[in-house]
Amino acid sequence: MKMNSLMICIVLLLMVGAAGCRKGQPPVARPTPPAPPPPTTATRPPDPPTPMREPVPPEPLPSDSVAGRSLDDLNRDSPLRPVFFYYDSADVNDAGRGILQTNAAVLKKYPSWVITIEGHCDERGTAEYNLALGERRAVSARTYLVSLGVDASRVRTVSYGSEFPFDPAHQEGAWGRNRRAHFVITAK
Amino acid sequence: MTNPVRTFVFTVSCVAGLALVAAQNPAPPPAPPPPTSQTEISIGRITGDIGAPLHYAVPDFIALTADKDTADAAKVIAEVLWADLAFEREYDMIPRDTYRTIEQTPTTDTIAFDRWRELGADGVVKGSVTRTGNTFRVEMRLFNVRGRGVALGRVYENVSLRNPRAAAHAIADDIHQSQSGLNGVAKTKLTFVSDRDNERVVDTVETRNGKEIYVTDYDGANQMRVTANRRLNITPSWSPDGRSIAYTSYMRIHPQILVSNVYQGTRETLTDEKTSNLQPVYSPDGSRIAFMSQRDGNSEIYAMNRNGSGVRRLTTHNAADSTPTWSPTGSQIAFTSDRSGSPQIWVMDGDGLNLRRLTFSESWADRATWSPAPYNEIAYAGRSGPGFDIKMYDVASGQTKVLTDGSGSNESPSFSENGRHLAFTSTRFGKVQVFTIARDGKGLRQITRVGNNTFPNWSR
Repeated sequence: MKMNSLMICIVLLLMVGAAGCRKGQPPVARPTPPAPPPPTTATRPPDPPTPMREPVPPEPLPSDSVAGRSLDDLNRDSPLRPVFFYYDSADVNDAGRGILQTNAAVLKKYPSWVITIEGHCDERGTAEYNLALGERRAVSARTYLVSLGVDASRVRTVSYGSEFPFDPAHQEGAWGRNRRAHFVITAK
Repeated sequence: MTNPVRTFVFTVSCVAGLALVAAQNPAPPPAPPPPTSQTEISIGRITGDIGAPLHYAVPDFIALTADKDTADAAKVIAEVLWADLAFEREYDMIPRDTYRTIEQTPTTDTIAFDRWRELGADGVVKGSVTRTGNTFRVEMRLFNVRGRGVALGRVYENVSLRNPRAAAHAIADDIHQSQSGLNGVAKTKLTFVSDRDNERVVDTVETRNGKEIYVTDYDGANQMRVTANRRLNITPSWSPDGRSIAYTSYMRIHPQILVSNVYQGTRETLTDEKTSNLQPVYSPDGSRIAFMSQRDGNSEIYAMNRNGSGVRRLTTHNAADSTPTWSPTGSQIAFTSDRSGSPQIWVMDGDGLNLRRLTFSESWADRATWSPAPYNEIAYAGRSGPGFDIKMYDVASGQTKVLTDGSGSNESPSFSENGRHLAFTSTRFGKVQVFTIARDGKGLRQITRVGNNTFPNWSR
């Protein structure tokens, strides 16, 4: 997606540039002087490119602009933060509760949003059981959000087991980042 | 030795060059040509010294047409046949380079019996390959060296030019059947999951590699992709007739159970819910599919007809029940449950009654897979140290043995049709790869090498 936006940007720039050159070329109706040399771009600057959104916001936008962003942009820099879990556990810990309280506040501010909570596991368990464990993590996060007043019908859960690690490394730091409930905004 | 010589008419299937087609092909290709082989066969069983294994040799087959394809096929078929016979360890296979000097007769009518006897061979497989239009015709004779006669002879028609290995697999299975009464698995296939194509999953802003369903011959040849939806596809399971693969696909928000009819290039959607349905596995008669679902708010085991109708819930517990497998007769289902506090193997009758726990000495046990008859064993992945090992629980004796040796993590066992081998995954050489191993822990073979490869399932 980022690549596509970049390509569109480049193509637009080229088109606008070319159009600018061509516009400068037609002869001007003046009787006496010989035709001027082909104008360079300096004589007639190309039209400014069409304003485009940054493909990736350089930093988190102020919350007021959140509502105006596309789903992809929202998810790329999501106001909903992931919750992490202890090994082989689906219990939301203290840190997780803090994060979920923040997420619940965001969801209350944008009551039309519908989200999917993805439950993920690290690679150390078996791939098959991790599919069940991931679901349980997603459900734990959902249950806590609902207890904070988020409408249950807005929150779906799905488990990816250990199939999509956030960090592919095979050590404790990565494992900690991979045991997570990840929030995806699916409608706004 | 007296060998009764009779003439049979045989239909040879699986040699006719059936081409697997990707599930997404919109128009099914024409049906493969019907297997057409009328075969002359003579039957006799080779015997050797009592208590000693029989020694077999497979010299290069004879190319009877003078083109490169035929010459290559003659060599490939002999090599693959030798490996197929070695795989079951029924016979002591004499290394092929030790008989390169034995003069080869130009036909399959006879062999130099005395020379082969000097080499210690009891059985010699001699064959020929003839190109007939767009296919090969392969003729095979198994010679009884001591009896100086033919123990088995057969002709294989319509062998694909692109895959002469299929002829070797058919010959190997026929030899095992006629000589040892053994169901060889040389014609079987494995299905598995791979991320080898490094295709990014669509519909997500996360950078995630898609995982697709693949198939391969049992020996790792002819690896081929089946799905192409660029999402997560996992837990493939062969139908008992070997023509369909049920699997879990994340093509919608929630994972659902799909079936790919791999020889038709068609796809069926068995579940389409607003909840997750995953881990399908066919019953031994192919009529039912057990699976795990969250449709009632928790991970439970269900079973449905193979077309998705007739769903029936089998477990009722607020713990997670997952990963079902059928017993050889289909009357019982083993599965993973963490109702005791950790994932353990449990078993119940096909209607959900008579529930009992099987594993007690494991801290984590998962992916039970029930052996075919005559064995009555349940293989599973059990935690041992940081990783897992493949273990086998003997249902009759209650004894458990360990097949793998603790190198890497070893998971996801799946039995071969004859119960003599298992496919599984291992990280012993780095990335997750599919391996096969004999039921006694010998004969480790690496099947996949590219990318990460998981969830192997062996066809019947």
